[in-house]
Amino acid sequence: MRLEASNVSVRFGTQYAVANVDLVAEPGEILAILGPNGSGKSTLLRALAGVQRHAGRIGWAGRQTDIGYMPQDSASRAVLTAFEVVLLGRMRSLGLRVAAEDLAAAEAAMTEIGVIGLAHRRIGTLSGGQRQLVFIAQVLAGNPRALLLDEPTSALDIAHQLGVLALLRDISRKRGLTTIAVLHDLNAAARFADRLALLRDGRLVGLGLPADMLTAQHLAQVFDVEVAIDAGSDGHPSVLPLRAVVR
Amino acid sequence: MVTGWHAANLRRASLLALVAVALVASFAVDLATGPAMLPIRAVLLVLTGQSTDPMLVAIVQQLRLPIALMAVVVGATLGITGMVMQTILNNPLASSYTLGISAGAGFGAALAIVLGASFGLSDDTAVPLAAFMFAALACGMVGGVGRLRGATPELLVLAGIACLFLFQALLSLLQFVASPEALQQIVFWLFGSLQRSTLSKTIVVAGVLALVLPVLFADAWALTALQLGDERARSLGVRVDRLRLRAFVVVSLLTGAAVAFVGTIGFVGLVAPHIARMLVGEDQRHAMPAAALIGALLLSAASVASKAIVPGTVFPIGIVTALIGVPFFAWLVLRRGGAT
Repeated sequence: MRLEASNVSVRFGTQYAVANVDLVAEPGEILAILGPNGSGKSTLLRALAGVQRHAGRIGWAGRQTDIGYMPQDSASRAVLTAFEVVLLGRMRSLGLRVAAEDLAAAEAAMTEIGVIGLAHRRIGTLSGGQRQLVFIAQVLAGNPRALLLDEPTSALDIAHQLGVLALLRDISRKRGLTTIAVLHDLNAAARFADRLALLRDGRLVGLGLPADMLTAQHLAQVFDVEVAIDAGSDGHPSVLPLRAVVR
Repeated sequence: MVTGWHAANLRRASLLALVAVALVASFAVDLATGPAMLPIRAVLLVLTGQSTDPMLVAIVQQLRLPIALMAVVVGATLGITGMVMQTILNNPLASSYTLGISAGAGFGAALAIVLGASFGLSDDTAVPLAAFMFAALACGMVGGVGRLRGATPELLVLAGIACLFLFQALLSLLQFVASPEALQQIVFWLFGSLQRSTLSKTIVVAGVLALVLPVLFADAWALTALQLGDERARSLGVRVDRLRLRAFVVVSLLTGAAVAFVGTIGFVGLVAPHIARMLVGEDQRHAMPAAALIGALLLSAASVASKAIVPGTVFPIGIVTALIGVPFFAWLVLRRGGAT
């Protein structure tokens, strides 16, 4: 589901959280949004998901209901099982009697993410990482055509991070999903994403291939950090942070 | 895995069936007991149409039956409204008290009592009508603030507390200027009592409940999603502010209809949802009926207890629900380690 966003701005009071961002994303493509804290990444993602008022035009080549949006991880006190939480991903088709198709979709999504063993655990008793995996299963259970993920691996250990990002990449490719993810880990973004969008103070500083975006100059400009870049024999650049740059 | 889901639902349905059986038993005891100390056999004869003794028929059909039915209907109403209030406000302490709805009803009732039959209506009509109108006004004030400034739980609670203080102050003013007779009536109304129940009043409350239930059940999944927080609910396609306002208005009016006839009965709307969650979780398709059944059971049992404390005397039920319910609730929460 193609995305074409132009001149997108979000203002809180007099402060622009996102300012005049233009973005295009194609089906099957994975776009990672990178930037320092407070740069407007999550706000931009919320605007793209249709849950944040904004100026400018955000055009999806499909229905709003085809967008699967996963907000940042947060603890939950809900007295719901993991299976019920994943089932909520099918909310648009759920009735008072739950159809076998919806149950099967929730079960398939949990199996795909590897959390089927947690199905009958209460969501409040899961670890942060387990909870995050359950919410990834929830968003996949809705069979979206576009995936918008806000820090989907922030609570995961390194093995799960790699596993989940690889899985999301496979699913995106196989199903032709347009995937946009806010990420903090630059190296994971370089491996996971086809293109990177760099945000600073709500403005799009750069948009392009990982090798073109993860340069010492760009990273100093966006993150105020001095880095060493290894071009990588597999085509994925690696970033080694050296020191913060005081402006 | 789907088998596990079905098994869990079966377990919930079994628990609800048990509560329903307990409710039927409590209802039967409520009918069978009273200050008149009638033998159970005499009550049964009246209920089965085999007794024509006018005194017995009057006691059972015009006093006990409406009271026992009203306890069930109002208990169910308070249970379900408490569950929805706690859900939309994301606050385990929320009930119709929190948002000033009951305070509005209390002021309305007191106003009607003080003004007497000045509008050409009997006390029996004027008091519930005024109570309902002022409950609706309180709901309109809180809902209006939510509509203007965004229906966040924090804002609704703040507006509700402001409303609560306003109506409590106005009520105090009325109590200050009321005649001793009117003051006594106001205080009795505020205690909460089922003693003025009639079949027609019970039918009105049951009718409002029946009208409102489809609206609440249509939102069952959206309310379930709301338990995960506003942002996640939005991500699932729930229009959170609209849902919150809609549910708030619906349950406020339902609360208004219930308290209008029986006065302010505390505790049931607070505790029934907690017990329901312990039993069936927060899937609102199960949680709302569970809260209704448990609310009905609690109030029916309180109605029985209100007659049993001092034989021959009926205590105001609002006092009984708090006196018996609070220690029970404390025990329940401590036993569960505060897991609600």
